Amino acid sequence: MSNSKGRFGVHGGQYIPETLMNAVIELEEAYNHYKDDPGFNQELTTLFNEYAGRPSRLYYAEKMTRDLNGPKFYLKREDLNHTGSHKINNVLGQALLAKKMGKTRLIAETGAGQHGVATATAAALLGMECVVFMGEEDTIRQALNVYRMRLLGSQVIPVKTGTATLKDAVSEAMREWTSRIDDTHYCLGSVMGPHPFPTIVRDFQSVISREIKQQVMEKEGRLPDVVMACVGGGSNAMGTFYHFIEDKDVELIGCEAAGRGIDTFETAATISTGRLGIFHGMKSYFCQDKYGQIAPVYSISAGLDYPGIGPEHAWLHDTGRAKYVPVTDDEAVDAFEYLSRTEGIIPAIESAHAIAHAMKIAPTYSKEQIIVITISGRGDKDCASIARYRGEDIHE
Amino acid sequence: MNNANQIKDAFAKGKTFIPFITCGDPDLETTKKIVRSMAANGADLIELGIPFSDPTAEGPVIQGANLRALNGGVTTDKIFNMVRELREDACAPLELPMLFMTYANVVFSYDAEKFIRTCSEIGINGLILPDLPFEEKGEFEDICQKYGVALISLIAPTSANRAAMIARKAQGFIYIVSSLGVTGVRNEISTGISSLVKLVRENTSVPCAVGFGISTPAQAAAMAEITDGIIVGSAIIKLIEKYGRDSAAPVGEYVKSMKDAILNI
Repeated sequence: MSNSKGRFGVHGGQYIPETLMNAVIELEEAYNHYKDDPGFNQELTTLFNEYAGRPSRLYYAEKMTRDLNGPKFYLKREDLNHTGSHKINNVLGQALLAKKMGKTRLIAETGAGQHGVATATAAALLGMECVVFMGEEDTIRQALNVYRMRLLGSQVIPVKTGTATLKDAVSEAMREWTSRIDDTHYCLGSVMGPHPFPTIVRDFQSVISREIKQQVMEKEGRLPDVVMACVGGGSNAMGTFYHFIEDKDVELIGCEAAGRGIDTFETAATISTGRLGIFHGMKSYFCQDKYGQIAPVYSISAGLDYPGIGPEHAWLHDTGRAKYVPVTDDEAVDAFEYLSRTEGIIPAIESAHAIAHAMKIAPTYSKEQIIVITISGRGDKDCASIARYRGEDIHE
Repeated sequence: MNNANQIKDAFAKGKTFIPFITCGDPDLETTKKIVRSMAANGADLIELGIPFSDPTAEGPVIQGANLRALNGGVTTDKIFNMVRELREDACAPLELPMLFMTYANVVFSYDAEKFIRTCSEIGINGLILPDLPFEEKGEFEDICQKYGVALISLIAPTSANRAAMIARKAQGFIYIVSSLGVTGVRNEISTGISSLVKLVRENTSVPCAVGFGISTPAQAAAMAEITDGIIVGSAIIKLIEKYGRDSAAPVGEYVKSMKDAILNI
């Protein structure tokens, strides 16, 4: 494995067709150049602050804290970013990088539509063409986001192959990139895929933990005891964990989508039910059968409905540095409603998975302890499907 | 036994025709009949696809074949058995060299050593993994060498400065990807192939075959002028999609027309 790049323990690498190899090498070289370039960083910081509304708030959830009668809860409000989720952090970074590389066209996959909307937004802002691949199933679950992307000037291509969800959207975006590389950058939305994507996306998302650290020091004068976030591919969780990895006393918890339960086939909890494999350009854990066929996963949350997990998470799991726990649809929907009622914050159903686990573990922590939960996105997009889950049909 | 050497022998006989089919599309009995029909009609080497749930290097035609095969319940073990039956048939054992084409996860999750050892035992001569570029070959290459199965390298129009490096380490033959994008029939094939072939020839004596997009005898003849072999997949899969269990005869006829087109070049 001596030539292999981008390894996190045994995970990572670049398992992609030869046709794409020079494209990822070129991307890596460009990234290595610009990541330390003061001009690039200045431009990106300006976009983060002036356009995306950073830094995002670290909000003390006092009512939730009182109600759960456990540790002190802080919410990292990525839902307040422009476009309504953490996805904008990565997208602004990658779009700016792509522009510097002379690319004029962005392509992206999207599950819930948050990454697609963020990419469409950055493309509009930077004057780039944009095509978003979205599983047909998800275009139905997230019709509002499809409209937003079109409104922003992007083309949305419904993907009908396979399970017509996020994994198929990734496959189709990869196929598209193979056929058009010269002018096109594949703006991958999570800490996954071939190197250098897991590293690039993590670095752009690490602004989340950099801010948490500073904000919690200002408010509490000490580091938190736990930081937690939901995990699909794992970009908001990786961003939330990154600057705490070396702080061994800070517990890191990732909340996976268990769907209808990890003892059923209708689940997307990769760490709980998957095993080591090679897919979508990386070695990592995947939900698959004994012959290596990728499993048709399920979760109520389109954004977590993915059969794999980023390689750095797989490694954090192997080393025991982070813990990954499954959260069911039922628990996530309860938490979605709980946070709305208790704090007046409607979280994305993805983020509600982290809230659900926080509610579960609250009794095991003391009043002096601090838990930070990242709210990766806002939940407006989920209202219709949650209503449907509760047996109520509303029209958007 | 070194299965890899038989690939070299196949290329030594002249311009090589390499048809591709997906095992188990529509079922394994039909696959066996098609393999025999292709062998009888001039195929020099046969590429057998082991279906994968998410074949990211394939266009819609071969994606469809993968899906049909998996829906029919085909598995890696059943495909191993089918190959074994063809090789060990009491009346007419199939002697033509054969390769497996599949995705890295199919090999990895079976246990790479067990997979490649089985390939060797049942007489599979080579392995093509389109999602395993040069940099990642290591973990499979050593095992392939141990069991005498050739791990085939691919070179693409975008390989540029990588082509020489890949060619120098190549085994069996080099699979030249004719154009950007995924597999599938194309009306026009990129024109940069001769310079790619020239670069390969400067760096290795391993033969090269061109695939992706070739479907007509005229295209095959034109490509055979510059390379040692022609690989055709989607055009054959389209016939199988149309004729189903009765595909052996029409596929045989097609293979003959393609082989005839490159025979005297």
